[in-house]
Amino acid sequence: MKKEELPQDKSALDNFTREVCYVKNKDGKYVTDLSEGWEVKSVALDNAWEEIERRTEEAKQKVLNGEASPVLYFLELKLMDLPVLAGYTGFMRWQIKRHMKPSVFKKLSTKKLQNYADVFEVSLEDFKNFNV
Amino acid sequence: MTDFKHIQTAHCENGVTVNLLQQQGLDFLTEPLAFGIGSGLFYIHIPFLKVNAGPAISFRSMPGAIFKRTCKVLDVKVERKKFKSKEVAQQFLDAKVDAGISVGCQVGVFHLNYFPKEYRFHFNAHNLIVFGRDGDDYLVSDPVMETTTRLSREAMEKVRFAKGALAPKGHIYYPVNVGEVTDEMIRKAIAKGINRNVRDMLRIPTKIAGVRGINYTASKVRKWRDQVGPRQGGLFLGQIVRMQEEIGTGGGGFRFLYAAFLEQASERLGNDKLIGISEQITKSGDLWRDSALQMAGIYKGRITEQKDFDHCADIMNEIAAVEKQAFQELSKIKLI
Repeated sequence: MKKEELPQDKSALDNFTREVCYVKNKDGKYVTDLSEGWEVKSVALDNAWEEIERRTEEAKQKVLNGEASPVLYFLELKLMDLPVLAGYTGFMRWQIKRHMKPSVFKKLSTKKLQNYADVFEVSLEDFKNFNV
Repeated sequence: MTDFKHIQTAHCENGVTVNLLQQQGLDFLTEPLAFGIGSGLFYIHIPFLKVNAGPAISFRSMPGAIFKRTCKVLDVKVERKKFKSKEVAQQFLDAKVDAGISVGCQVGVFHLNYFPKEYRFHFNAHNLIVFGRDGDDYLVSDPVMETTTRLSREAMEKVRFAKGALAPKGHIYYPVNVGEVTDEMIRKAIAKGINRNVRDMLRIPTKIAGVRGINYTASKVRKWRDQVGPRQGGLFLGQIVRMQEEIGTGGGGFRFLYAAFLEQASERLGNDKLIGISEQITKSGDLWRDSALQMAGIYKGRITEQKDFDHCADIMNEIAAVEKQAFQELSKIKLI
């Protein structure tokens, strides 16, 4: 890539930083230059976020319809997967899967619920009663 | 510490390596040299593993490898520690920083509050340098940022004890003993880095790694439209583009960075043939950018036919051929 071809498209990096890229100068030598972003990858990042929002909304509906517990919703909201949530809560993956069932969730102890609420950074009440 | 010199680089691990070793007097070390000596260039597509529900692809070697290899070959002793206790981890960090020692820390980016929210996923192999304390804040030099920054004690504990894949467990590391590094050692280090990269790109006996890995992904790309539909297929392509181009790669899936390394290696070794290889790797980087452009057409929903997916795959096959040729020629050059 030539120095003059380096894209300077506004992106999520705006007001945070610019990134170092390796480009060729007029003499054909490599130099570094700073880029504000590239539209091609901004769109990829935007799409990834839209997909996260779609999955979170889908999880929300499932909880409201009584098909899943709030654990599923907050897992999606916080961009987690089972290994990540297992790491933060100390629960096993299969336990978390069980906790996603509304029937099991209803019977969870306050201690376990508090554990989840802390990890999801919500109050115990909002977590338990799904006030979102 | 007021005399700390922040160095911004494309990639975090290169940056930490360059900064910590330059502080120890290894002034010759540039980001491309650290990347090449550490054999940072790679390609791997791990089947059956998903990252954010998309394909698991990497354009670089294992996290930690660049620092480890570069230090080893330059005869730099490194001290490393991981912790079970958050308190002990913090005390250790405080003690080092108060003694005027800059240290590298592995962190997760999800809670890294000076990053834009859009970039904060559960990615745990980010690296930064802690070089001082000011009240309740740590002074931080994050190599991908333009300037130094700060983290509160609470925030530092969160990022050092992020959970999930590659959980840092408070991982802290710093060079302790640096001997004299001669020109001869540097030349040998460069040659070793190149030879190991030739091996990684050409000789790992599996179809998912090195140049064959690129063809493996291409064969998957051809099937995505039928298997998961144009929308999901587009998201998968977007994930490739992000791994390839996002902050930290220097552009073109680290290929431009490696081409810059070969250019510097050519000067160090006094070997003009390496310039020719550097140009081939630049061509590969340019092709990766073309491929990203084509993929963007799909995930923007502008072009979504099978022939458009095939076109992406065709470019990837071409990239694999270019990189195969380049590394085969590289393997035949007598370096030292």
